[in-house]
Amino acid sequence: MSPEQFASTGAALKWLLGLAWLLPLAGFCIEVLGGYWTDRRSRAPAWLAVGCIGGGFVLSTIAFVTWGSATHWGAFAVVDDHHGDAHARGQSPDAAPAAVTGAQAPAAPAEHGHPHDGPPHGHDAAHASSPYAFALSGSFYNLATFGGLSIDIDYYIDSLTIVMFMMVTLIATCIHLFAMGYMSDELTDNYEDHEVHLPGGRHFHRPGRYYRFFSYLSLFCFAMLGLVLAGNIFQVFVFWELVGVCSYLLIGFYVERKSASTAANKAFVMNRVGDFGFLIGLMILWTWFGTFRFANTDPAQPGAPGLFQMVRDADGHIHEHGAGLDRAVVLNDGLGGAAVDAASGQPRSIPFWLLIAAGLGIFAGCIGKSAQFPLQTWLPDAMEGPTPVSALVHSATMVAAGVYLAGRFYPMFVPEVLLVIAYIGCITLFIGATIAIVVTDIKRVLAYSTISQLGYMMLALGVGGWFAGLFHLITHAFFKSLMFLASGSVIHGCHHVQDMQEMGGLRRKMPITAWAMLVGVIAIAGLAIPTPWMAIAFSGYHSKDAILATSLAFMSQNRQHFLLFLLPLATAGITAFYMFRLWFMTFSGKPRNQHVYDHAHESPWIMLGPLVILSVFAAVCAVGGEGGPLARMLFASEPTQAVAGAAVAGTVAVNLPGHALIHEYHTTAGIAALLAALTGAVLSYVFYGAGLVNPATIRSQLSGLHSFLIEKWEFDALYDAMFVRPVHVVARWAQGFDQKYLDGFLHATGRAVVWISKWDRKFDETVVDRAVNVVGDATYAAGASLRRLQTGRLRQYVMFIAFGVLGLFLLMFAFLPR
Amino acid sequence: MSDVGLTPYLIVAAVLFVCGIVCMATKRNAIGVLMGVELVLNGANLNLIAFSRYGQLGFDGQAIAMFVIVLAAAEAAVALAIVLNFYNNHLTVDVDQARQLNS
Repeated sequence: MSPEQFASTGAALKWLLGLAWLLPLAGFCIEVLGGYWTDRRSRAPAWLAVGCIGGGFVLSTIAFVTWGSATHWGAFAVVDDHHGDAHARGQSPDAAPAAVTGAQAPAAPAEHGHPHDGPPHGHDAAHASSPYAFALSGSFYNLATFGGLSIDIDYYIDSLTIVMFMMVTLIATCIHLFAMGYMSDELTDNYEDHEVHLPGGRHFHRPGRYYRFFSYLSLFCFAMLGLVLAGNIFQVFVFWELVGVCSYLLIGFYVERKSASTAANKAFVMNRVGDFGFLIGLMILWTWFGTFRFANTDPAQPGAPGLFQMVRDADGHIHEHGAGLDRAVVLNDGLGGAAVDAASGQPRSIPFWLLIAAGLGIFAGCIGKSAQFPLQTWLPDAMEGPTPVSALVHSATMVAAGVYLAGRFYPMFVPEVLLVIAYIGCITLFIGATIAIVVTDIKRVLAYSTISQLGYMMLALGVGGWFAGLFHLITHAFFKSLMFLASGSVIHGCHHVQDMQEMGGLRRKMPITAWAMLVGVIAIAGLAIPTPWMAIAFSGYHSKDAILATSLAFMSQNRQHFLLFLLPLATAGITAFYMFRLWFMTFSGKPRNQHVYDHAHESPWIMLGPLVILSVFAAVCAVGGEGGPLARMLFASEPTQAVAGAAVAGTVAVNLPGHALIHEYHTTAGIAALLAALTGAVLSYVFYGAGLVNPATIRSQLSGLHSFLIEKWEFDALYDAMFVRPVHVVARWAQGFDQKYLDGFLHATGRAVVWISKWDRKFDETVVDRAVNVVGDATYAAGASLRRLQTGRLRQYVMFIAFGVLGLFLLMFAFLPR
Repeated sequence: MSDVGLTPYLIVAAVLFVCGIVCMATKRNAIGVLMGVELVLNGANLNLIAFSRYGQLGFDGQAIAMFVIVLAAAEAAVALAIVLNFYNNHLTVDVDQARQLNS
């Protein structure tokens, strides 16, 4: 891409996405200010919010087309002249031929029977040139400059950004529409909250908060889009926190309910724990790199590299020297050489262990945001928010932010960090899935499945499957938002009954919801019809298949990390089991609670419409698997080192699989995953669909395990014992110390002050006051005596004057020398 | 006409000054008091003129005399206005009656 093209495309995308990002903010401002004064029964705020986010979707789509036509749909080798290394490494010296050959590449995979026929893809040529040449980076606005630290509002746009923008805006639009129906209870001046009991058996009454809900949603979308568009890690942090605040506001939307406000606090505090690591990572990055920018791909600014470019060269390699604690990573200057410190003239480098620490710190933030082990406990509690919020938080925005950042920051992660990510993800996905088996609250099942699926994404990123992780992020967002909205429809139809033990047979009452939910269930379970040339499947199959293929390839190279494949494989079966369990318990069989069943009704079309739209996307968004349009978009921004893989990397000596290796295991992993999913689905049918085995028997036989799972692996109890109780003990000690010593000291001081002031008062009264009075009396007496001279007789005055003059003369004669 | 010297001027001025003082001190009529004031000022003026002629004062003495004359005119104008007002209020110009500002 020539610099002129870069500039024009960059400007177009910058303003399109920037506008899409700022529209919800404008919506938020109008709603939150205007909504307060307008009628509480007005739907105007909702339409405004829908318009803003829908406009964002339209702009994102235009940006998508702009990007596509500029890069020939992701297959176009962007030869950026400013790196200069293209010449050095024998690349085509002329930009134009590379562009032409690259442009023909996308046709190639489509002609093959299986699109994933080997490593030399169209995009690999681009990666060979520069890993970040596909990205358009730049700055909107300079907020502040502190010494060498420049705080900017940057943008960093690559295909991942655009895919995320489209995904977030589309899902958010659907959720906004759904919420218009779901939240219609709030369209009143006097909302009665049945969950809040006041003394005297009454319920809490308050004005409806329809406008507030939609203004929060708009702010949430603004924060998430800003996070995706951000061009530096500090800006990510700002929007990261904004996302946290919005989730806090929305989870605690029913703030009068004790459970809701506690859940909101819990989510916020848990996230702060992770953000602490994030801050440490930020400090390390700033200290050693001096910049927060991801990468600087602007041809007009050579030699100002971002973080990625400093750590990795154009081939995605890290250059190190030294060993042990002295091991350090040489920083690149973005021009093909090593960066040189301006003050000392020495080459710049960062100690290797600090790079690990920075990576782990940033990942700690992702752990909090994406509800990974050990900070996963906030997410199920976040179900206290209204269901559209759950859908938004759990699919497109908040939890996606963590995975998105882990993917975006991928070039900064060294193998040691990746291994941690993989194991964290692996533990999380297993814990989440096992708990989901026993939970009976329909939303909580989905919440634990979210945790589990996020674990899959992290696992994929950790074992070197950058594409697989992000692919699953997108597909999961669609089918999870679909399922949450469907569960919202069920809850709405059943008049806020959430326990699946009260449901059953609802398929007949709400057929559209049931079928939409089934689409989501099949998608997440990863069921497919395998055919010799390609699998006919919904989106979840493709992405989970990609993850399992990656982790199988990883295990084949690192036998000691066998758990990283076996647990996800087993969990694929568990996933199918609990998701079908949810569907069977809710929609099939006989009604368990006749009262609920009789009053259940299908939701209005404002809620079903989004369900239908999302069903379509959940089914087909990953069409074509790894040769499909979505996959190709993602491949276009995959970091180079993820494409190539690495052998015996890092002190942990893991082998990260590259594309070629992953492809070898694709078929095996696909079959294994499908078998696991089928097993889970069939078991689920046996237990809950056909009722051949009574689950209660199993439950009583495994009562210990069951209660362990019901208690969420005792995590809340563990944290209670580890953190809450010790804090209580410390607090009690502190209280005792306060009362005994600090209070005693303060009281003694107080008494001493009272005693001193008593004496001081006496001194004042006897000495100071008296002195002042004496002066005053003397002045008064002098005035009174002088007063007598003022007789008012003119002639007397004249006499005074005359005698005065005479006196002066006498004095003069007496004393002045002649 | 022969030059009489400084002394006669000073004698005349002193006489004028003392007349003025006595007039101010004895007259009960406000107009009379004002006249006394004029006499005192003119006695001083005569001194100034005499010293400017016979002493080292030069034109400075004459200039100061001009100022005194102007001041006297201004003072007379203000004082006469006060007297007129006083007469309007009390139907008398006796300064012994003007005791309201006392006490």
